[in-house]
Amino acid sequence: MDIPYTVKPRPDTGLYNAKVGIWLFLASEVMLFGAFFSSYILLRVGAPDGFWPDVATAWPHGLLNIPIGTFNTAVLIISSVTVLLAWASLKEGNLPKFKKFMAATILCALGFLAIKSYEYNEKFTHYVIRLKDGTAVTGHLDIDGKSPRFWNLATVEAKKLESIKVHVDVPNQFRYPVGFKHESHAEAEAKAGGHGAGEHAAREIKTADIALLQAFIPKTGTFFAIYFTMTFLHGLHVLGGAIVMAYIAFVGDGMWKTDPERYTNRVEVAGLFWHIVDLVWIFLFPVVYLL
Amino acid sequence: MSDHPHTGAAEAHDHGHDHAGHNKIYFVIGAALLVGTIVTVLARYWEFNSVALTIAVALFIASIKAFLVAGYFMHLLSEKKMIYLVLATTAAFLVGMVGLILWSDADLPRGSTQKIHYVP
Repeated sequence: MDIPYTVKPRPDTGLYNAKVGIWLFLASEVMLFGAFFSSYILLRVGAPDGFWPDVATAWPHGLLNIPIGTFNTAVLIISSVTVLLAWASLKEGNLPKFKKFMAATILCALGFLAIKSYEYNEKFTHYVIRLKDGTAVTGHLDIDGKSPRFWNLATVEAKKLESIKVHVDVPNQFRYPVGFKHESHAEAEAKAGGHGAGEHAAREIKTADIALLQAFIPKTGTFFAIYFTMTFLHGLHVLGGAIVMAYIAFVGDGMWKTDPERYTNRVEVAGLFWHIVDLVWIFLFPVVYLL
Repeated sequence: MSDHPHTGAAEAHDHGHDHAGHNKIYFVIGAALLVGTIVTVLARYWEFNSVALTIAVALFIASIKAFLVAGYFMHLLSEKKMIYLVLATTAAFLVGMVGLILWSDADLPRGSTQKIHYVP
């Protein structure tokens, strides 16, 4: 049995059926991400200023790597153009050119995921440490030259480490509630032995002095929870899109010979999905990285 | 595609020059999106002295970029009525959902406060 209206427009809608189908799906995607953005707004406006000492609820600023995020945004935008060029190549009847542009699109998708994974790892190895005297620092642990992931105070205690070496961020990137006792930029620099801003200064911290030690993972606070949830969900869409496009271009390309118009429509539908992935990132990037 | 809604791929071969024109538009929009991204990042460093204004500027630029993607990349500027109907319904529900959530956040009983203020 033939599936109706895969190429010919249905008389009442004026569209081939897959196009109506993908738009209905995209509409549900808008609602899905809309719900997450609403959650983001609620968490954000309900958060106290700064980051300390309520690590769990307060909102950190300037924590994510903006140059990397900007680069990743550019990668997605370029992939949105290449997927259109791929579709346009099919319209010209040029299958090899189509495949080249699809390969470029899939490479961009994989590049985006690789960069995102690097960013995730940066967070998993980044720590907040609050000392019992009230001061607080952020930085990376240095345990015998290695930078461990997912540690907390219990991990340090279980390993019976009397002290840990920390490459402290200078200056500390967080805003503080007014009046909170924190290490000033000058103090941090002095302790760091005159290291300049942006450099990581090694500092030995006694385990007994630590009140809280936590890697930047979802449970660390509401910011991290919503950041990881939204970017991971978006990342799953990137992965899903890449798999579908790879299948269409390099496994299911036999259809180009048997039914070229239907094949072209498949590419258009996949492209529409790809653009919504770009569209979501257009809002996600400023919201989590910049604001 | 949307410019040739009743034609298939084979028929569209006759309009090769049109597609060259389309490709040019895609490059121009792509470049505009890249510029928009850079402006959004730079805007973060301008001193607006107002959180609301900073957020408004970032979201305004994001909305322009979203319009370019939806309008030109997804061909929404020249789509069929059916698609507009689907999207209008979605927009209504989205506005309803986000609006009700924000309303619930702003409309608190008198004397209560939702914000947690840390007192050192």
